[in-house]
Amino acid sequence: MRRVVITGAGTISALGSSVRETWEAMREGRCGIGALDIRDVERLSIRIGGQVTGYDAQVHFNRQQISLYDRYTQFALLAAREAIGQAGLTFTGDLAASTGVVLGTSGGGLTTQDENYRTVYEEGKNRVHPFVVPKLMNNAAAAHISMEHNLKGPSFTVATACASSNHAMGQAFNFIRHGMAQVMVTGGSESMLCFGGVKAWEGLRVMSRDACRPFSANRNGMVQGEGAGIFVFEDYHHAKARGAEILAEVIGVAMNSDASDIVMPSKISAERCIVSAMRDAQIDPSEVGYINAHGTGTAANDKTECAAVAGALGAHADKVMISSTKSMHGHLIGGTGAVELLACIMALREGVIAPTINYEEPDPECALDVVPNEAREADVSVVLSNAFAFGGMNAVLALRKAP
Amino acid sequence: MSDNVQDQVIAIIAEQAMLEVEDVSLTASLADLGIDSLGLVESIFAIEEAFDIQVPFNANEPEKSDFDISSVAAIVAAVEGLVKAQS
Repeated sequence: MRRVVITGAGTISALGSSVRETWEAMREGRCGIGALDIRDVERLSIRIGGQVTGYDAQVHFNRQQISLYDRYTQFALLAAREAIGQAGLTFTGDLAASTGVVLGTSGGGLTTQDENYRTVYEEGKNRVHPFVVPKLMNNAAAAHISMEHNLKGPSFTVATACASSNHAMGQAFNFIRHGMAQVMVTGGSESMLCFGGVKAWEGLRVMSRDACRPFSANRNGMVQGEGAGIFVFEDYHHAKARGAEILAEVIGVAMNSDASDIVMPSKISAERCIVSAMRDAQIDPSEVGYINAHGTGTAANDKTECAAVAGALGAHADKVMISSTKSMHGHLIGGTGAVELLACIMALREGVIAPTINYEEPDPECALDVVPNEAREADVSVVLSNAFAFGGMNAVLALRKAP
Repeated sequence: MSDNVQDQVIAIIAEQAMLEVEDVSLTASLADLGIDSLGLVESIFAIEEAFDIQVPFNANEPEKSDFDISSVAAIVAAVEGLVKAQS
């Protein structure tokens, strides 16, 4: 099997519009969550989110592009430009033919759907813009990245709710690992912070009205975010041969399904997924220095996840650092694993562990080192990134310091 | 009005639990009736729709809610309170 490394990273979220800005925010423990600025917010009971603020699409895209690009596609394209720019790759010939784009998203062009349902149902219009369908498609972002960068290999979108990005990156990893591609562009994007998107989540009664406080005893729910994280995964020898800068190595992935409940997480299944990821990466639990938690800030997820980590890592669970950066950027749903992978790369590359901010009260059911409130300097060589989705679909990635 | 609220709440819970109305006792908890966390959230939604009220309930901290869900009788009393506050 081939070794797989990351040679490019790009992002936009409430924490910033580049990897550098995002790492700075994570280092400072800055909170990107604030009052939602969206149409009809006064009709929502949940009025906070990790929104990308100060964003002007016209700075990045022309009129024709904007008419085709939903906000989630715009985010994906911007993050892809940064990632592919950093990787320094130009796609022509055989490389273009074999390189694909595998992205995660849950809502796809949900904002486009929301706006156009308004047009026909609320405003009673009988005509919508001709590009509604190509704009709202869940594969639109992957398609536009492929067009902008001439990527003609296997491209598709994975939808496993909150684990979409991890499933997508796991697929891209396997493509390269099994020799089916030398380079893959992967990650995820989400933009559900529109009236209908937030209203739907509100109905489930799992959202916090004030803050995302993962692992804290007084946590009261999740907070939605938006944005994208895109990476260039590359065959190690391919990267080495061209002298590319390597950000980290992807060493393992595991995916499984609870097959039990549509929303409640399963400790046994999450634990099995973590164990499988370590086995796939051929690492011992004692090597794991940091885990980027799924850490949604709901009562159910956080205690289940801590129990799963404790079960999977055994005695070493007391030594590992585990943090939820959702406390800062919110839950990007289908894009969340991608933005969270940045915290993993920061840990490996910069030796800085992103904190779990808003941590106020210890919870005996989350008795791990959750790196409360302040980033920490630490030399870690192996990290895990957890994603446990609604539907009981889990995906855990394992990464190692750049070789 | 009071009986009416009680009957309506019991009818909603019975439908959710897939039981006959007669089988829903006031002292039962939702768990006794086989209603899980999703069923609870759906019952609250049905109650809000039936009485046109807002039920303050966050699934992450049910104990902090003013809306007591410990038994059918407690839910009836809580709904009566909210309906009263509304009028």
